Amino acid sequence: MVTNATSFSRSGLSDWIIQRFSAVILAAYTLFILAVLGATPELDYESWRAVFSQNSVRLFSIISLFALCGHTWVGMWTVGTDYLTGRQLGGKGTFIRLIYQSFCVLLIAVYLLWGIQIFWGS
Amino acid sequence: MADAVALSVGCAHKNNPYATVCYHVKDTRPVNLDLTTVKFPLPAITSILHRISGVALFFGIGVVLYLLQLSLESEAGFERVTELLRATPVKLMVWLILAGLLYHLIAGIKHLLMDWGLGESREGALRGAQVTLILALVAAVLSWGMIW
Repeated sequence: MVTNATSFSRSGLSDWIIQRFSAVILAAYTLFILAVLGATPELDYESWRAVFSQNSVRLFSIISLFALCGHTWVGMWTVGTDYLTGRQLGGKGTFIRLIYQSFCVLLIAVYLLWGIQIFWGS
Repeated sequence: MADAVALSVGCAHKNNPYATVCYHVKDTRPVNLDLTTVKFPLPAITSILHRISGVALFFGIGVVLYLLQLSLESEAGFERVTELLRATPVKLMVWLILAGLLYHLIAGIKHLLMDWGLGESREGALRGAQVTLILALVAAVLSWGMIW
């Protein structure tokens, strides 16, 4: 089996499954948030906050946040390994891709910690 | 005269600029694949839009988290968000994020259906791409109405 040191799970098949599994969670969460927004056209602070202070919503939000992190990493990794390569960029391709991947990891880490802060704190 | 036949197979013709893949008798590999001269079929366009929307959303998440945090922080923060959402540039940005998210979602569902084996034929892929674009357009219009 071919493995890749920077792929999320070191395996294309696992990445494929993570991408799909997280997609289903994120789709459900997106529809849930849209339903909340659609159900209350005149949304005020109290009812908005009440939605996110329920324990079930808190858990759903944080699980979706983890799904988001896995999903974005696999997606950004795929895009990076398709376009930021030696074939497209010459000798510096691998170096540029590693810089790009480091940036993605850092931003994902920020989103994760920031998101937990928001959902846990509400 | 097998060689003579092989010489003409798949060679670019001066009247057909899209036929850029040329085979020779000794070397059967494609010699040129210039993407700027290749006509993208509809499923290829929906595929690249799926990627572009995904990369854009990666940055859009930051905006969403910022607005979410502000809106949940306090009553004043919530008011600040509704105030921000009255400004046209913010409206436009939030609309782009929402329309991009819904496009990504719809194209993603099509992707999962294709993983399932649905719409994998040439006609099916075209139909799937058409439905994706139409649904995404409807979603973009609806989200425009929701924000304005």
